[in-house]
This record gives sequence, structure tokens and C-alpha cells, in this order.
Amino acid sequence: MSGPVFSELGEAALLCEYAPGALDLDRQRRVWAVASGLAGVPGVREVIPGMNNLAVVYDPDAFNPATLAAQIKALWSAPIPDATGGRTHEIAVTYGGEAGPDLPTLAEAAGMSPAAFAELHAGGDYTVYALGSQPGFGYLGGLDPRLAAPRRAVVHPRVEAGRVIIGGAQTAVQSRTTPSGWHMIGRTEAVFFDPAADRPALLAPGDRVKFRLSEVLA
Amino acid sequence: MIEIVSAGVMASVQDLGRPGWRNLGVGSSGAMDALALRIGNMMVGNPQDLAGIEFTLGGFRLRFQRDAVFALTGADAGAVLDGVPVPAWWVRHARAGQVLSAQMAGRGMRSYLAVAGGIDVAPVMGSRATDLKGGFGGLEGRALQAGDLLPVAEAEPPRIGPCGFGLDAARLNLLPEAEPEIRFIPAKEWDIHGPALQERFLTSAWVLQPDSNRMGYRLSGPEMRRGEPLELLSHGILPGTIQLPPGGQPVIQLNDANTCGGYPKLGVVVEADLTALAQLRLGARLRFRAVTRDEALAARAARETFITRLATRIALARDYSMRSGWNG
Repeated sequence: MSGPVFSELGEAALLCEYAPGALDLDRQRRVWAVASGLAGVPGVREVIPGMNNLAVVYDPDAFNPATLAAQIKALWSAPIPDATGGRTHEIAVTYGGEAGPDLPTLAEAAGMSPAAFAELHAGGDYTVYALGSQPGFGYLGGLDPRLAAPRRAVVHPRVEAGRVIIGGAQTAVQSRTTPSGWHMIGRTEAVFFDPAADRPALLAPGDRVKFRLSEVLA
Repeated sequence: MIEIVSAGVMASVQDLGRPGWRNLGVGSSGAMDALALRIGNMMVGNPQDLAGIEFTLGGFRLRFQRDAVFALTGADAGAVLDGVPVPAWWVRHARAGQVLSAQMAGRGMRSYLAVAGGIDVAPVMGSRATDLKGGFGGLEGRALQAGDLLPVAEAEPPRIGPCGFGLDAARLNLLPEAEPEIRFIPAKEWDIHGPALQERFLTSAWVLQPDSNRMGYRLSGPEMRRGEPLELLSHGILPGTIQLPPGGQPVIQLNDANTCGGYPKLGVVVEADLTALAQLRLGARLRFRAVTRDEALAARAARETFITRLATRIALARDYSMRSGWNG
């Protein structure tokens, strides 16, 4: 196992990454394990899992980059836990139509019908790698490579919360209404973020997501 | 209550932010010029982290529906209270019904209204800061607009003289600089950009583009494009992160930015210099200087020492305002 590469994110944060490589679920499991090992450590202010990396915000009176890196390295060398124990979310999706205007284009580029594209997407087994970008937004791994599509040349100015989207080799659901360069292929009614709830985000790293095909609209 | 008669370009309720939720994709939000809000709170006798209103470029108008003690800090927007000038970095009484109006700020970008007791909107996830992207916090999770009514918490008002008191912003070095030098700590991808691009970044004057806002600043200057674009996996980023997208013009991610990013990072602005960034005018120029972590920590410590000394100065000014100029 190769150790993490550390770099500074300003005077009070450290970024820990693997040497460059393809996104990998085993690496991500280690990131989750290190993140939970750091949570609650005095002097550690925020632990932010990314995609095969981890950003740690710390109290500069409690740590310096070397002492914090030593603590992270010790956690990093522990064995990766087998099962994540995450929850499984089943999310009903209506594909295509007004809420999925990019489905026909993506299906054509993939050489299949919109219905076949939707079925493949709904048949996938997705893992939440990390939350980020917008409140409650989960980066999902596990997209069938045939469904991957380079990001749009022109950004959609308004992609509403609940839209199911594809960007590069990733798929996700918008948790807030924002501009996005990803492709819209459908929608769900599920609520992914509620700031008033005890658990504001529906998804957590390590959770599984299964999309259920409700219908495919022309 | 404080009634917003006109919010100006962009106004929102902000405190010192909502750290600790980036792992859920929730950014910190909070006052862009945290120093100005902290000092405003100190002047009205509040804890430093209470919520106030952040105004952009002045041009606002508001009515106090109850008697209040308030301070204006940050950019000087030539404010008047029912015709009586209220300079920036000044604290005074307002009576119920009085109107505070401000012109366009002549210098600086953001002004802060702090009021004794603090703006009393409901805290969400531990903070009253408005998360504009998330649509929560502050008042209904949005920018303020005409007709909004903002509750003010009950508080023992600080005892100040009838004309209030102020801080000498010039002497205390609180005025925004015209072309600030922004210090940063180099980040992971700084080295791969090589001496020529590094030199170009450090020696150029960068211009703040008009579409810059609380999410981030776009800069324009000499071409900084690299040979082959570098794709990184998304990772956590913090306010002050200087990225270099493939287009070759840097951006600085700020309080309302996405919590994750994947563009190459040149560095991260030292925390003590975020105030200077917050007050930078659109179209203004800035320069960068690379510093070590020790220099950044020294700047941070110097700012905290300044705040501590300011507390004494504010207490003296308050006492003096009580003794002078009021003979019944």
C-alpha cells in the first residue's frame, strides 16, 4: 500500500491524497475509515472526504502539518474495514420528458434507445463516495461506462433539485437548484437535503443507491 | 424590528459562518469581511459572532421600528440617519421610526450593520448566516429585499453618549487598500506550473472581474495556460483557494463556493488577508505574494492582538462619549 501524499490548504488545513490514479472503491473505503478515525479528535475541526482524498481543517494551535500528517498516516496504515454498514436508498425515477431533456441525445450517442439507456441506468448499483459541491449532493460511483458522457459544452443555467444527472463517468441527483454542466436524464421526488432535520443529508458516504424506473417519457 | 426599505445591490444576514458541515456539502457562508462584522459587534456591546447585515456597495435604506444602538463598519457608504451623517466605523442611537440611508460606497465593497442584541433570525445548523446556494439560514435563505422585517434580539443597550463614538479608521489601518498585496501559501499544484508561470503570477497585477461575487472572484491578467490540462479528482476546498482552470485565468473560491473542486490549485490566501479581498472593488487590481505558513500564522496572531487592543480602545471611546458633549 502506498502512503498518502500531503499538501497544505492554507495555514490550517491539510489535503491527503493517493498518488494519481483511477477512482477506486477500496481507496475510498480507506478514506472513510481515516475520516471516521479523525472525527472528534481534539484540534481537528473538519474532516471532508473527497473522491479518493481527504481534506482536514485543524486548529493551528493544536497541530502543525507534520504532527497531523503523522496522526493521519497511523490511521491510513490500518486495515481497510470490509463492510461499510451503510444504508441502501431506493429512489424512484421518471426518465426523459421535460425533466430529462438530454436523455435522447445521450441514448443516441450510446447507440441505444432512451428506454434501454434508462433501464441500464436504473439497473446500476451505486455507491455514495462523498458528499460535496452543494448541500446533500452525493458523488455516486458505479455508472455503467456505456452511459458516461463528457460534460455539456453549454451549462444548463437552472437545473432543479431532484433532477437525475450524468457528468463524465459520474451520476448524481441535484439536491438544490443550481446551474450545472451535467446532462439531465430524469427526475425524482426524493428530498436529499433538509436543513431542519436531525440528519440534514439523506445520503452518507458508503451508502448504496438503487434507482427504480417509474416510467420513461418521450 | 428593522425594516428594509431598499436592500441595494445585494444584502444578506450574515454572522461568522457555518463551519463544520463541509462533509455534507454545506459551505461556511458568513460575513466576507469577518473582521468588520466582529468590530461592529464589539462597538455595540455584542459578542463578536452575532448576526448583522452585509450590504454590497452601499445604496441601502432601512427603518428602525424600535429604538436601537447600531454600528456601521466596513466600506464607507456615506450613510445618514434622518439627515445626520453616520460615518463608517461609528456607533450611535437610532430612535423608533428613524431612517438610515446610504449612498454608493466610495471606497471598499461591503458595509456591515451591527445592532445591539444582533439580528435574531432562527439559527440553522448552528448559524444565522444566509446560505444563498442552499436556500436556508438568514431570512428565508435568500438575499434581503424591500419590505423585509428583521427581528432584533432584546439586549441591554450599551451606554453611549448622544452622538455615539467612532474609530479612526485611517489610524487603525481599517481602510481598504486600492491595490492590495494578497498573501497566499502555495498549494499542491503550484510546483508543476514551473518558474515562468509562477513568475508571471507573482509579478502581474490582476484585475477583479465584474461577475465576481460571494461565491468566487474571477481574475483577469496575463495568459496562464499550461501545456496539458490537468484533471484532478474532486476534493474539499476552503475560502481563499486560488484555482487555475484550463482557460488560464485564476479564480479565488470564497465563502459561498462549492465545498469541493477539481481545478489545479496555485495556493490558498492566508486567512488574515480575506478582509482585504472582501473589500476589493470590482475592476480593482491586486497582487499576490507567496508566504510560508509561519508568516500566515504571524499575520493571524497579529490580527487577534489587534482585536484585543481594540476592545480596550472601544471601551475608552464609549466612556468618553458619555462624559463629553451632553449637558442635559
